[in-house]
Amino acid sequence: MSEKPLHFMPTEGFRERSKAVVENEFLQKSFRAAMDFLMTKRAAQFPDADELESLRRLGERIRQNSLDKLPALLTQLETNLTRNGIHVHWAENADQANAIILDICKKHGAKRMVKGKSMVSEEIEFNHAAEAAGVEAIETDMGEYILQLAGEKPSHIIMPAIHKTKQQIAKLFAEQIPGVAYTEDVDALIQIGRTVLRQKFLEADIGLSGVNFAVAETGTLCLVENEGNGRLSTTAPRVHVAITGIEKVVEKLEHVPPLFSLLTRSATGQAVTTYFNMISKPRQPGEKDGPEEVHLVLLDNGRTQPYADEELRKTLQCIRCGACMNHCPVYTHIGGHAYGTTYPGPIGEIISPHLMGLEATATLPSASSLCGACGEVCPVKIPIPDLLVRLRSEINSKPGSGSPLQGQGAGYSRLMTAVWRGWAAIYANPAFYRLYSWLVSRFNWLTPAGQGGWTSVRTPLRPAPKRLRDLLAERE
Amino acid sequence: MRRTDSPHPGVASRPDGGSARDRILARLKAAQAGGRYPTPAAGEWYGPRDRNESPAERARRFQANMEAARAEVYRVNDGNWVEKLREILAAKGLTNLLLAPATPHGRLARQGLTGGAVACLAYDRPIEAWKPALFNDVQASLTAARGAIAETGSLILWPDADEPRLMSLVPPVHIVLVDAGTIHATFFDALQAENWAAGLPTNALLISSPSKTADIQQTLAYGAHGPKELVVLLKEVA
Ligand code: SF4
Repeated sequence: MSEKPLHFMPTEGFRERSKAVVENEFLQKSFRAAMDFLMTKRAAQFPDADELESLRRLGERIRQNSLDKLPALLTQLETNLTRNGIHVHWAENADQANAIILDICKKHGAKRMVKGKSMVSEEIEFNHAAEAAGVEAIETDMGEYILQLAGEKPSHIIMPAIHKTKQQIAKLFAEQIPGVAYTEDVDALIQIGRTVLRQKFLEADIGLSGVNFAVAETGTLCLVENEGNGRLSTTAPRVHVAITGIEKVVEKLEHVPPLFSLLTRSATGQAVTTYFNMISKPRQPGEKDGPEEVHLVLLDNGRTQPYADEELRKTLQCIRCGACMNHCPVYTHIGGHAYGTTYPGPIGEIISPHLMGLEATATLPSASSLCGACGEVCPVKIPIPDLLVRLRSEINSKPGSGSPLQGQGAGYSRLMTAVWRGWAAIYANPAFYRLYSWLVSRFNWLTPAGQGGWTSVRTPLRPAPKRLRDLLAERE
Repeated sequence: MRRTDSPHPGVASRPDGGSARDRILARLKAAQAGGRYPTPAAGEWYGPRDRNESPAERARRFQANMEAARAEVYRVNDGNWVEKLREILAAKGLTNLLLAPATPHGRLARQGLTGGAVACLAYDRPIEAWKPALFNDVQASLTAARGAIAETGSLILWPDADEPRLMSLVPPVHIVLVDAGTIHATFFDALQAENWAAGLPTNALLISSPSKTADIQQTLAYGAHGPKELVVLLKEVA
């Protein structure tokens, strides 16, 4: 399985990638249709605005409680998992996480891995590390499987292959899977995937999965899914490795039902998913299946950075439902790949700067009109627009003057800062402002026709020949 | 490939002692305000929900929600469920059924099916001893559910030594026997009433429809990786 490694440097080429998608009429229509579909389905799940609001408030409180007690809850989770017989590992970055998982593979002589859907495994680019180590890692979520065949990355965190049409998938299957004839019938395509992957589940010696919620109180890993590949990946092989970000823990088991309900309804507009899978132990004596060994890898990879700041910490409340993408006008126009990050859309714009540093992500917080839709739909009430504004000022402030965010000041420009200082001085002083406004209105013919980025897609800004105060004076 | 120069201060693998665990926890503790939020009680939100409905209404709601998610639901009782099972197997043209002969319902089903067209199979050895046969030959399985949830139309299963985890997952048709008296209003009610927090099994499951996916152009297709058909025998007092 050869995959083209993609460079994670979102800032480079962001404009070009976005432009290419925006100018592709076909993609514009299909993204629009897909997002409308998801938005309608979500709305149908929340007919009662009061119920939605009170449930979101509860979701927010549960997540804030988790973060508030995070170090204690992680320790409690570790204690309870260990007591249950699950091995716990800690990784500070992608390299450490990959090394831990590949080490487990090596210990068991495991060469064939089946993977349930895990965005964290995308974040650490596990598949490349596995390939280099000679481990065949097969994606088994239908969307992820399609992308693995195509050598592409997910463009949406819930619907990874949302950018692909059934015609493209039909062609891909016919070309890549031996003995498969071209068919555009979706049921037939899914059955082809099922048949190929069943064999993989049968043969695999290790399974990898993500985690949706980790319950500290009981030492339980919860997985949400529709296909059954998550259950198979965590049950059929002899060894199961789960990987998750350190923020995914919740304190109590009773915190799970409200979050689960918010997640499925916000993500795909389902009252519930097909499966909710709660794993607390490896195979016990007398039990006839299930992995003999279960491992959990807890990943930091930059998450402790927003944790240190009270405002930015809210970023970690996220339950990865993808609703903010579905409702984002920018995402709907440029699609997930343009962002160049594992997590696209509004959540990507607020989390990627911490995972990758602000140098690599300086353009992302500006890829938003600040319309507020993301914050309005977020099931755990993350104030996404506020966080975007905060990150913009971290990026544009003078290096060393802001908080200790990695890459703070990456977009700092002396000229820009001077211009805004001047603007502020003029607008703060009535006499300056009167003089300035008189000058720009009387000399408006001097306004340049080319105004940089503004006029690249818009008509030039030209001050009116008379100011409001002039017009009012004339009326008297 | 990913950049190897980690963007995170103090995160690049440093030989300065301490484990990754200690360093992560130290960073969190250094930043933590702590103790500002009382532990939220989900019960306050679930409290007033659907507690007053009659058992019959609750069963109806459960059935409607399951059927909306493409499960087949049949009302049965102690006296007729095996007969219904036989009918369903015949109608679907199935010739074998995986069941748990050590359980009361498994024993009854086996007795009822003996001599018919359906061969009864038992999950009586570890998976390693018969994995290919389970994946390739078994057409259907029968398990019990521990309970159910009306609000979302979900079955609750706690797989065990008699009815292992793969039994409800690998065979293309999954038939579930559930007692109407075990239907809870919500997921929250189920885990509170049965005090799940006091001890969870190896694996606890909610199943709410046949396996499905919408990963190709948002088109819903059933039978992704798990059962293509989910049949519920909803057992009421006769
Ligand atoms: S930020 Fe909110 S809306 Fe976006 S994925 Fe996370 S939880 Fe969902």
